[in-house]
Amino acid sequence: MTAFVGVILRDLRLARRQGADIAMTLAFFLVVVSLFPLGLGPSPDALARIAPAVLWVTALLAAMLSFDRLFQQDADDGGLDQLALAGLPLALIALAKAIAHWLTTGLPILILAPVMAIMLNLQADAYPALIAGLALGTPVVSLFGTVGAALVVGARRAGVLVALIVLPLLIPLLIFGVSAIEAAGAGLPVRSHLMFLGAILAGAVPLAPLAAGAALRQALE
Amino acid sequence: MHRFANPTRFFRIANAVLPVLALLTVGLFGVGLYYALFNSPADYQQGETVRIMYVHVPAAWSALACYGAMALAGASFLIWKHTLADLAARAAAPIGAGFTAIALATGALWGQPMWGTWWVWDARLTSVLILFFLYLGYIALVNAFDDPDRGGRAGAVLALVGLINLPIIRFSVDWWNTLHQPASVLRMDGPSIAPEMLLPLLLMAGAYFSLFGVLMILRLRALFAERRLRQLRLAAAD
Repeated sequence: MTAFVGVILRDLRLARRQGADIAMTLAFFLVVVSLFPLGLGPSPDALARIAPAVLWVTALLAAMLSFDRLFQQDADDGGLDQLALAGLPLALIALAKAIAHWLTTGLPILILAPVMAIMLNLQADAYPALIAGLALGTPVVSLFGTVGAALVVGARRAGVLVALIVLPLLIPLLIFGVSAIEAAGAGLPVRSHLMFLGAILAGAVPLAPLAAGAALRQALE
Repeated sequence: MHRFANPTRFFRIANAVLPVLALLTVGLFGVGLYYALFNSPADYQQGETVRIMYVHVPAAWSALACYGAMALAGASFLIWKHTLADLAARAAAPIGAGFTAIALATGALWGQPMWGTWWVWDARLTSVLILFFLYLGYIALVNAFDDPDRGGRAGAVLALVGLINLPIIRFSVDWWNTLHQPASVLRMDGPSIAPEMLLPLLLMAGAYFSLFGVLMILRLRALFAERRLRQLRLAAAD
């Protein structure tokens, strides 16, 4: 347990000392979202219609930026071997990494998203669905991304590769996340969409770290 | 099973099977296409367009079966480290991607006259599209490493993770309301499709599966030769 918390704290400490990394992810989110009003024209109705999709897609893309370094840095400086020797199961190392990744990427995006939604003129009654959906969805992004990051340790063009592998697996998340916001905007019940997101999260919490652990074992061989 | 992990033994058998399988493929496609195009009834609702089914449905079945085979080969590579298993998984990926592309393309051609649209974003079509992306991701991943074994192992894990998509495709037509028709052959209460349509469908399915076998053997040979060449070059460079 100490080792598990230790891995999380270590990643958080690294993230704090290299604060520019988080700032870059958030700046990417901010810049890409603000491209849409400029490309589409500032019509409030049109923006409100595409707001759910833009926020979700941009959140996914912003998260993708940070995965290629998740294990690669540790693999390069030998830290990954040290971690593996420390006695913690590889699946738990992956889970700790995913938690740290969510705290440093998912959570800031979650906090920034409502602000961006105002810029996109999202309907007022859709905000709870946006926040609840992202709160359930961003941990899944971190968990699946951990699997992708573990698979591409040592690969060429790892950044593009992670996106290519992980984004298709995240399509269901996008579908339910966006339809929850749209249902809320239309005054329809959002419960079923959020429950699907919750079910995906409940499945990903135990299974994704196992897959990531298996991938890490292959990377360490 | 481990007896056949020896490449020499495997290829001795595979090379003997290949001409038989190739002949069977040609024969089944000939008979199957004859039944499908000329000797089967037109649908009372869909008319002659129903004949697209005989190309579309077996392609979709083979795409799923091919993914299953790829994941199985990947798993046995992870467990027993037989190089041949890795090569089999690599060989299956582009074939499966091809079958998936055929299923998607013929589905679009069939959807245009029947549903009035080439494409809808419903559960069945989207999940098959994800299958196509999984094949592409697998191909990109296995080729992204300097050490082919490392690529094969990473690909095997990805193939196993992607297995979760197969039941979603299978049951997508039952779980969600969709334009795509529900299962009519593999059902608990027996096939609901007319027997005179089932026969050409099964013939075509047989043709697709034996084509898969032929392509697998050809690609395995090529990949094995490529691997040998690499080893020889590395040995020469030392």
